[in-house]
Amino acid sequence: MSEPTNIKSLPAGLPGRRGKLFVEKPKDSKQVIFRLWTYLRKQKILLVIILGLLLINTTATIAGSYLLRPIINKYILLHNIPGLIKMIFLLLGIYLFGAMAAIFQNRLMIVVAQKTISIIRADLFSHIQSLPLKFFDSHNHGELMSRFTNDVDNISDSLNTSVTQFLTSAMTLSGIFVMMVYISPMLTLVTLVIVPLMLFVAGQIIKRSKRFFTSQQVALGAVNGFVEEMITGQRVVKVFSYEENIENEFEAINYDLRYKATQAQLYSGVMMPVIQNLNTINFALTAAVGGILVLKGLDMGGLAAFLQYSRQFGRPVNEISSQYNSLQSALAGAERIFQILDVVPEIPDEPNARPLKRAEGDIQFSHVMFGYDPDKIILKDISLFAKAGQKIAFVGSTGAGKTTITNLLPRFYDIQSGDITIDGIDIKKLQRNSLRRALAMVLQDTHLFTATVMENIRYGKLDATDQEVRNAAILAGADSFITRLPKGYLTMLENDGGNLSQGQRQLLNIARATVAKPAILILDEATSSIDTRTEQIIQKGMDQLMHGRTSLVIAHRLSTVRNADEIMVLENGEIIERGTHDQLLKQKGRYYDLYKGQFD
Amino acid sequence: MKKYFPYLLKYKKALWLAPMLVIVDVVCEIFQPALMSKIVDRGISQRNLHYILVTGGFMVGLSIIAIAANIGNIYYSSTASVGFSAELRKGMLNKIQQFSFSNLDKFSSSSLTTRITNDVNILQDVIVMLLRLLIRAPLMLVFAVVIAVRINTGLASIIAVAIPVLSVCIYFLLRRGFPFFEQMQKKLDKVNAVVQENLINVRVIKSFIREDFEKTKFGIANNDLRAMSVKASGIVVLIMPVMQLVMNVSIVAIVWFGGNKIISGTFQVGQLMSFITYITQILMSLTMLSMTIMAFSRAGASSERILEVLNTEPDIVDSPIAKKKNWLVQKGKVEFKKVFFKYHAGGNEFVLKNINLIVHPGQTIAIIGATGSSKSTMVQLIPRLYDVTQGNILIDDIDVRNYTLRNLRNGVSMVLQQNELFSGTIRQNLKWGNVNATDEEINAAAEVAQAHDFIMSFPKQYETVLGQGGVNVSGGQKQRLCIARAILKKPAILILDDSTSAVDTATDAAIRAALKRYLQGTTTFIIAQRISSIQSADKIILLDDGKIIASGTHQELLKRSTVYQEIYFSQELKEGSPA
Repeated sequence: MSEPTNIKSLPAGLPGRRGKLFVEKPKDSKQVIFRLWTYLRKQKILLVIILGLLLINTTATIAGSYLLRPIINKYILLHNIPGLIKMIFLLLGIYLFGAMAAIFQNRLMIVVAQKTISIIRADLFSHIQSLPLKFFDSHNHGELMSRFTNDVDNISDSLNTSVTQFLTSAMTLSGIFVMMVYISPMLTLVTLVIVPLMLFVAGQIIKRSKRFFTSQQVALGAVNGFVEEMITGQRVVKVFSYEENIENEFEAINYDLRYKATQAQLYSGVMMPVIQNLNTINFALTAAVGGILVLKGLDMGGLAAFLQYSRQFGRPVNEISSQYNSLQSALAGAERIFQILDVVPEIPDEPNARPLKRAEGDIQFSHVMFGYDPDKIILKDISLFAKAGQKIAFVGSTGAGKTTITNLLPRFYDIQSGDITIDGIDIKKLQRNSLRRALAMVLQDTHLFTATVMENIRYGKLDATDQEVRNAAILAGADSFITRLPKGYLTMLENDGGNLSQGQRQLLNIARATVAKPAILILDEATSSIDTRTEQIIQKGMDQLMHGRTSLVIAHRLSTVRNADEIMVLENGEIIERGTHDQLLKQKGRYYDLYKGQFD
Repeated sequence: MKKYFPYLLKYKKALWLAPMLVIVDVVCEIFQPALMSKIVDRGISQRNLHYILVTGGFMVGLSIIAIAANIGNIYYSSTASVGFSAELRKGMLNKIQQFSFSNLDKFSSSSLTTRITNDVNILQDVIVMLLRLLIRAPLMLVFAVVIAVRINTGLASIIAVAIPVLSVCIYFLLRRGFPFFEQMQKKLDKVNAVVQENLINVRVIKSFIREDFEKTKFGIANNDLRAMSVKASGIVVLIMPVMQLVMNVSIVAIVWFGGNKIISGTFQVGQLMSFITYITQILMSLTMLSMTIMAFSRAGASSERILEVLNTEPDIVDSPIAKKKNWLVQKGKVEFKKVFFKYHAGGNEFVLKNINLIVHPGQTIAIIGATGSSKSTMVQLIPRLYDVTQGNILIDDIDVRNYTLRNLRNGVSMVLQQNELFSGTIRQNLKWGNVNATDEEINAAAEVAQAHDFIMSFPKQYETVLGQGGVNVSGGQKQRLCIARAILKKPAILILDDSTSAVDTATDAAIRAALKRYLQGTTTFIIAQRISSIQSADKIILLDDGKIIASGTHQELLKRSTVYQEIYFSQELKEGSPA
């Protein structure tokens, strides 16, 4: 097993990478193959059967061609019709047998491949569930998605066909070679001259095409990146009537890609036909030299079989080189998947971690220091105490560290020094799940799932009854707009709730937290997109929701936090002022300024 | 198909030469078995060494010509297909540049991106295939059949049986397989959707400890996909073995009938050998052809998506009057005259109803109202991001539709609610407002937007490179950069659509004060949630459900409008009574 991969050392996914365009090499093929084998091993018996069928099919093909020799020599040339009939049936039998083997082998391989792929996919997904938030901060979604799509697809394609084709080709090639030597060692020499030439040419072409593919890939990445960015920002482009500038800029990178892609296409395209033509030369030489050898004593049937073989020779050579490429890129994909599987998951609970039962909700931060990057401390010496049922508010400018504080309580991130306790117990000594169960968060960026409104709210408590869901929605002030939706609570939300306004999504998020009935509630700008009038309407519900719960509230609008038991003013990761609204106003400090600014 | 001609035009020569070279290649290759049979039947049986050598040499010569033809074909087909995709990408991107906002609303930006990148690449692959295989396979087929018939008409009837048998087999396999492939794609989309949602919602999932719930959800989607993949791929992998079986059975038939003919003296061994080779070539070509056709039909979906973009007619374009008169926005007077608007022509409810408003040059107009009251919609009509459904909007007493888009948008600067920065330095980003801006002008604009100080605090200052979408600055900083960019235009009309929502109130106030100094004489529209941001405006418009329900100054509205009072008191604190 490899060392656990450091989060930051993962290579960035190549943008816009497509199937066979670009052949990447895995860094450590042996290790990757070994790990893939650990997945395939689970179906060892089927694999052995597949290998057997493969062998039967290959043997049938080679034997069928060889039978031409006795058929011509002993029966056709000697005019033996009854014998010919027998041979015809033998030949037919061999071919039918081979075809059956091929059909079963192909279908079985699909079963094995897809089973394996689904296990890999499930493993990847499960593992991602266990990763710390830090991982998601440093990897963009597109890159992770591409592992689920491109990389998994590559492995899937390879397992479906490449592996068996590669093996078939290798077996066929060696089988043919053995038969050639058996029929005529002299004639085999001709092939032995051409084959190295084929391999040499193939090697040269691959070497060059690899170079051009790399530069094509870079150019393709540039084009894709530019297009993505400009399409995303298209509305801004229009507002600034920047269309012409965009067109000119694109012209340059687009034609750069054209040049490099033509080169790459040329080299990769030339491979197959040239190998085929070289094989035709091989065929021609074999025919000529074989003709001479027949004059010198080679049997006619032998030449016929040999020629049949030499025609078949080109295909496996071509197949091996093209399958080799696709195997390589599959291995590279597998390697990237394994890199993720090697990222260390969230630190497991300490062995003697306790469950947090029926939390009261006393929260204490003492001398907490934290930075997402240990070298860059963001929160400096934060100490605070919230008694069960209190409402603590955080205010301050963007980037002051408010959201960061709320991320520490559920242990999304672990602090560098200091202590955080709930009901007097260090949160590191609590079972993580029981800790998170005790709190519910309503976050700044509101996201919803593709499911009904009902299911989205129920996400907070999976066994909530319909009535509980409804009550939560009423409390959150969401019920009235939900009932006005076409199908009410059974309306499907799609595209991240795209058909709802930002404010409505926030209300659903509040309802989701409400139904969870947590001891501690974290509201991070939970009502920022709800207009102040609606906010006032739902205020009663919010008060009821916060009643008897410890709540940590972040808000821009100071009206939202006015009635907090204590307000913390944050600046550059430090608490610079604290107190009730009235106390802070009297201090005439930062809070006073903020407040004045909002209401002047 | 016709729609693509303009993009191919530039590569006419390559498009013409590539198939010609394919013909050369096929001709060279097709005579090989025939020549081989001559070696056997004439050279060997007449023990003519010279004949064997000459014919063999001729075969090698043909192969060498074929290599040259092939390389030429690859060269021209690469040039044409890659060139085509470059032209097509350019054409699509340029088309999108002409799109209006309502055109853009019809496509998601990720789908547009996929169309320009992946879908175009798929077409490129298809063109390559067309120029290399799709011509080659039928040619090969026809030539091989002709030669086989000429060698022996009787034996050729085997071909007449084999071709339909294989065609029918492949046809049925594909027809059975296709629906499965479509379903597999749907299942795959489902799996991807679960993953994507999972990534977006990672904090929600963790905070509600729903990891196992998500795993179960994924497990179902994953299993569905596996079952469908087995079905779909299970059928396609049958094509090759079936082809092989048909081919081998044909060979057996040839050996039997051909053998009998040889015994009866009407056929020769060499001919038998070449016949076997020809039937192999014929059936291989047929398989190749069907595979190519399959790839083609899959590309159909991509082509449809591309054409959808190319066929979209930009619905906001310069009018003939606009081009003729070439008016510029100068003073900044804005007038809404009985304006009605709806997003979809077919929709039954107007989102803006009978808006009437006159704004004089230099005035500041604030628009306030609940979420969904169409505030953004209203201001987006001014620079013609959308066109009014009924009524007129006049700037300096000229209908906005009589300005060219370029002149109009140069005069009207807008800071969008959902704004974007682009990868590049801060300076490059700001210059979007004015390509020719001097350093002093850029600094001044940044100072007004309260962005100068934080820009200077970066190690590289104005040369700091922003990631795509401005990821390396905070939300508030991003908004301030967007404001700086917009005012650098020195527009006659400035529209700020909730553009300081992430900026703290003190900074917000500073920006407003600086704007007043910097843009004297500029007509300004402000949309904001906070009363504090708008109470000094010359006129406040209260919008509700697409209608103006009240307008006037802060003091007037406070007296007259109960809704305004409600908004005001929801923000105001009893103790800190505002001025």
